[in-house]
Amino acid sequence: MVGVGKTQEEIEKELAKQYIPLSYAEYEEALSNGKLMGLKCLSCNKITCHPMPVCQWCSGRDMERVELSGEGELLTFTVIRVAPEGFEAPYIPCLVKTKEGPNVIGRLELEPEQASQALIGKRVKMSGTYTYKGDKFSGGAHVCPVFKIVEP
Amino acid sequence: MRDVAIIGVGHTKFGRAAKSSLELFSEAALQAMDDAGVTGKEIEALFQGAALPGFEEAQVMPAAFSAAELNLGPIPATRYEGACASASVAIRDAVMWVASGDFDMVLAGGVEKALSMGTAFATRTFAMSCHSPTEGPVGLTFPGVFAMAARRYAVEYGIPLDELREKMAYVSMKNHKHGALNPLAQFYKKMGELKVEDVLNARMVADPLTLLDCCPFSDGAAALVLCAAEDARRYSDAPVYVLGTGQASGSALSKMEDITKPVSRVQSARMAFKHARLEPKDINLLEIHDCFTIAELIALECMGFFDWGEAANATANGETDIGGKIPTNMSGGLIGKGHPIGATGASQVYWIVKQMRGEAAKGNQVDPVPEYGMTDTLGGDFGTLCHLILGRDRR
Repeated sequence: MVGVGKTQEEIEKELAKQYIPLSYAEYEEALSNGKLMGLKCLSCNKITCHPMPVCQWCSGRDMERVELSGEGELLTFTVIRVAPEGFEAPYIPCLVKTKEGPNVIGRLELEPEQASQALIGKRVKMSGTYTYKGDKFSGGAHVCPVFKIVEP
Repeated sequence: MRDVAIIGVGHTKFGRAAKSSLELFSEAALQAMDDAGVTGKEIEALFQGAALPGFEEAQVMPAAFSAAELNLGPIPATRYEGACASASVAIRDAVMWVASGDFDMVLAGGVEKALSMGTAFATRTFAMSCHSPTEGPVGLTFPGVFAMAARRYAVEYGIPLDELREKMAYVSMKNHKHGALNPLAQFYKKMGELKVEDVLNARMVADPLTLLDCCPFSDGAAALVLCAAEDARRYSDAPVYVLGTGQASGSALSKMEDITKPVSRVQSARMAFKHARLEPKDINLLEIHDCFTIAELIALECMGFFDWGEAANATANGETDIGGKIPTNMSGGLIGKGHPIGATGASQVYWIVKQMRGEAAKGNQVDPVPEYGMTDTLGGDFGTLCHLILGRDRR
């Protein structure tokens, strides 16, 4: 065939190019297996976690998968007392600065009564995951990391 | 680009509405058109903020039906969604379209019926403007986000959490005081004389934020008629000019460098100041996004009205109340007036315009009337920020 237009094979080849070095589904599956996965940028050497299509620090496109230690520092938290539909209060969302650099959001494994401001800055480690069963809006069940305080 | 003016404003009563969203928006729109003295024939486009109409009334594409409901004809009508900043981004784009010369007169505003959803479902749908992949499974809520920010704020500035909570309470006391004086507010004639202990001892929502640190769920609408500045005096003796606009976007909470200094808010405010060629010291009145007490403090600092870590003390000292350095949320803000999320940005503009005309309620009206006013509207957990700077003179 002559004239303008691309062949189906050419278009299919373009479609095959990969843009997502670590998908959410893969990230969540790894979490379920106790692993906190991230991406190491080959341009700036920094770690991206949760995964993004580009480096969260320098927008680099060349990244390789790495497993993070799951260790970090508690930046902040709250005790949710009024929960959205589908969740049961109380529970403790937290923000953790990982040893490798990026911040990660998750839950803190702790009795709500023990959740005091003095915990901020303490060392934490990923101790498991929480699985949200999902609702009709969430596109199925989803997983987040759970951390526990490892520093007295 | 042309200068743009606001020549008419409308605002429903905020709270629980028996009316539908279409009726609420129509009410605000007709008030605004009557205020401007224009008919539907003159309106060339509609820019409507609405965050969650699909969940509230099983209605998407509400803007088209709002235009139809008002018999505006087959004009372009677009819904804007930027969570709680929906109306502000709608107004900002409306300004751009008039400034560009494509339209001479447009209607902009917003509407929401969030209170009708009930607390559990409203909390669920509001949380959808958190980063769903990472914050969704955690069960993070908006009070939760700002509770985390409050704890971080206390750490960053070395303020004992109990002391910060007391200072945050002054935001609630001030905004409820002014909301109680505002007949359009959800809490009109209610909670006008709160004490610090009332705020601290209210039911805990997300530790350390109590119910009185939080704005309510609300139904309501607000609307504006905008036209080219050169035509404004034909319609209004007291047009208000849009001198600057800013907008910026944020990220998932975990990608933010510092949740007490959201870059999106700083950038958006700076964009608006640059556009208006003004500085914080020039502004006489603020309507800012006090979805939570701590949010007002963070906003004041990001916008440059106080140094980092200074807004808590300044608020406790009365510097953001009437007669202070920068009167903030004299309408009652989101906390006292209510927060129909898709309408809030338009409500903020409405109250700046009313203040500039000397038509705010007694006790809330600043005297002399402000020359320059500014709005700050936040969508999500710092995901969408929008600022508008308004003035009584075209400059």
